[in-house]
Amino acid sequence: MPGQLITYRECIKQAIREALQADERVFIMGEDVGRYGGAFAVSKNLLQEFGPERIMDTPLSEAGFVGAGIGAALGGMRPIVEVMTVNFSLLALDQIANNAATLLHMSGGQFNVPLVIRMSSGVGRQLAAQHSHSWEPLFAHLPGLRILSVGTHEDARYMLAPALADPDPVIIFEYTSMLNLEKELPDSAESIEISKAKVRRAGKDISIITYGTGVYKALEAATELAAAGIDAEVVDLRVLRPLDEETIVASVAKTNRAFLVEDASRSVSVSSEVSARIMERCFYDLDAPVQRLCGAEVPIPYPKHLEDASVPQPAQIVTAIKTLLQHA
Amino acid sequence: MLEYKMPSLGADMASGSLREWRVKPGDRIKKGDIIAEIETQKGIIEIEVFEDGVIGELLVKVDELVPVGTSMATILTEEEAAGKRPAPAEAPREEKPAEAPAPAGSTTETLPHHIRASPLARRIAEEKGIDIATIQGTGPEGAILREDVEHAIAAQAAPAAGKAAVEHAAVPEEVTPEKPAPPVAEEKPIPAAATAQSIRMAVAAAMSKSNREVPHYYLETKIDMSKALAWLADTNGQRPVKERLLPAVLLIKAVAKALNDVPALNAWWENGLQLKESIHIGYVVALRTGGIMVPAIHDTDTKSVEELMLALNDLIPRARALRLRSSELADSTITVTSLGEGGVETVYGVIYPPQVALVGFGGITEQPWSENGMLTVRPVLTATLAADHRASDGSTGSRFLTAIKNYLQQPEKL
Repeated sequence: MPGQLITYRECIKQAIREALQADERVFIMGEDVGRYGGAFAVSKNLLQEFGPERIMDTPLSEAGFVGAGIGAALGGMRPIVEVMTVNFSLLALDQIANNAATLLHMSGGQFNVPLVIRMSSGVGRQLAAQHSHSWEPLFAHLPGLRILSVGTHEDARYMLAPALADPDPVIIFEYTSMLNLEKELPDSAESIEISKAKVRRAGKDISIITYGTGVYKALEAATELAAAGIDAEVVDLRVLRPLDEETIVASVAKTNRAFLVEDASRSVSVSSEVSARIMERCFYDLDAPVQRLCGAEVPIPYPKHLEDASVPQPAQIVTAIKTLLQHA
Repeated sequence: MLEYKMPSLGADMASGSLREWRVKPGDRIKKGDIIAEIETQKGIIEIEVFEDGVIGELLVKVDELVPVGTSMATILTEEEAAGKRPAPAEAPREEKPAEAPAPAGSTTETLPHHIRASPLARRIAEEKGIDIATIQGTGPEGAILREDVEHAIAAQAAPAAGKAAVEHAAVPEEVTPEKPAPPVAEEKPIPAAATAQSIRMAVAAAMSKSNREVPHYYLETKIDMSKALAWLADTNGQRPVKERLLPAVLLIKAVAKALNDVPALNAWWENGLQLKESIHIGYVVALRTGGIMVPAIHDTDTKSVEELMLALNDLIPRARALRLRSSELADSTITVTSLGEGGVETVYGVIYPPQVALVGFGGITEQPWSENGMLTVRPVLTATLAADHRASDGSTGSRFLTAIKNYLQQPEKL
C-alpha cells in the first residue's frame, strides 16, 4: 500500500494474519489474545476469522503457556506465543532459557524448537514499572536464542515470516509506545534477513547505532543534525543476538565515530556489547571514544515527565553528538 | 671521569639543540644506550653513549643550543660514582631538581609523556610518515584528531607554509606539542612543515658542498639480473611473506662484497684520503614529505641477506619518522641509492661528503641483450658509480663496478 499511512499495530496484525493464512501449523496463544483482541488490540478480530484452535486464550501463567508453546513447537507446530509485556516474561524465563534455548544442544542436535515469542517492551503511555521495562539485554545474553527488535514499521510487517521460518527459537521485541505511530510502508518490501542489521540512513560523520524505539529517535535526530551540517548514519541493529558485527564494523570504519542509543539502562546493556565489539574490531578506525546514550538506571517511573526523562530523547542525541563533534 | 660531548651528526652540523634528556644523574649507562634527543636540521636524533659508566652531571639544559664538541654531561666510572655517592641509588634522584634547575616551562618536557591522539589519527600519521609529536591537537584535552593530522598533511603540501616554517625553525622549542599554546588553527601545522623545510636545507647544503668541492667522475655498466631475480623468486617462494627478500638487499650486499675487493672506495676525504675499515653502507630513503635521509647499515659486509632485509625493515620506517640514531646518521662510508621503484633506468648521483663514492641503481627493465652471438631479452639493471677523483681513478671504479656485476651473477653466494 504505497503512500498510505499505517500504524505499527496494524503492521504486526497483518503479519500475524498473513502467517496464519500461509501455514496451518501456525497458531497464536497468550493472555487475552482471543476474545479481548489482545491487551494492545494487536490480534483484534483474529478469533472470529481463524477460530479458537488457532487464536488461543491462555490462563495467566507465563511459565505454563510458554512451556506449552515449546511443546507444540517440538510436536511440529509453529506457535506464536504472545507474552503481554517483557516484565511478565521473567515468569517464563526458566522455560525460555533452560528449555527453548538449550534443547537443540542438549538433544545432541535432534530437536529444534521452532518457536516465536512476541513481547511488548519499553515505555508506553505511563504504564509504570509494572509494564515498561526494556529488558532486551537480558535475553540477548542467552545463547540458543535469536533476539529481534522491531524498530520500524517495515520490520513490524515483515519480520514475523522469517522468524517463523527459523527452525530455532526467536524472540521478537515490539514496542508499546510505537503501536499508534503511523508511517508509510516502503513500496516494495524486500525480504527481511533476520541475521542482518540495517543502515536506515547513510551518513559519513558519525554512526548512530541503535535498535527498537531508538531507530525513529535517531532518524529524527539525524535530520536535525543534518541541518547543522552533521551527516549522521543510523544503523538499526534489528538482531540483538547474534549481533551483525560486519554491518557495525563497516559503518564505524566509514564514519570513524560511534554513538550508541538504547532505552535499556546503560549497565551491561546491548550497547555495552556493541561498544566492546567496536573496540575489538575498529580501534584503529576510531577518531573519538565510543559514546552512549542509554536509559536511566531506574525502575520506569509513572509520571509523564519522569518517564520521558528515563529514556533517551532525540534532542539529547542531537546535543550529545554536537558536543562529541565539537560542533556546539 | 669522561665528558660526553655534542656529537657531529653530519658534515654540515655546527650545533644542535637538546630536546630531552633520557637519563638522570646517577643512572647507570651502557655503551649504545640512548641518553638524549637532539634536534638538528635533520629532525630529532637519538644520541648514544660510547662508554659504560654512571651519569655524573648534566651540563646542558633542555632547549639549549649546543655547538658540536661542547661538553653535555660527565660520565663517571663505577668507582668514581661509588666515591661520589655513598647513599643508595635513590638518594641523588631526589636531589636532582636542585642540581639541574630548569626553566619552569620546560620541566614538563623532561617527564615521560603520552601524546593524546585518537587511534585513527595515529594510524594516519604513521601511514603518512608524520611524527605525531609535531602535530598540535584540537580535540578534547588537546587530543590530536584525524582533522589535525589532515591539516598537517595539507600544510606540508602548501607552499605558503614555507616562509612561516623558516621563521619557525629558529624557535625549535615551539615544536613541542605539550606546550599549552593557544590552539590557533593557522599555526598548528607549522612544526611538521618546519621539519620538512630544514631537511630540505640540509640536503641542499650537503649537495652544494659536494658539487662545489668534489671532482666527480662517472662510470656506468649494465647488469644482467636474470640469475639474481630467478634466485629471489625461488627463495621467496620458500619463505613466509614476512621473511621475503627484495632485490635491494642483493644490490646492497653485492656493493659490500665489491668494497671488500676494492677498499679504496670505502673511504672519507677529510684532509686527505682516510680509508675506512668497517663497511657502513648508507642507503638513501626518500621521505614522503620530500627530502631524503641516508641511514647507515652498520657492518654491511658481515650481514647476511636476511639480516640486511631486517635492517632495511627497521631503518626505513624510522628514517621516515625521523627517528634515527646518531651513529646511523654519521657513520656511512659510501652511499647506495636505488630508484628501482620508479621508472628511471640510470641514476647519476652526487656524492655525500666526506664519502668518496656513490652507487646508483636504476630500475630493472627488460632489454635486448646479446651474448655469445645470440640476441635475447633479459631483465637488465643499470649500475652507476659517482666517485671522487681526488680519492680514486677510473680503473679503480671500473674494477669496483665489475665486481658488483660479477657478484650479482652468483646470487646464492651473497
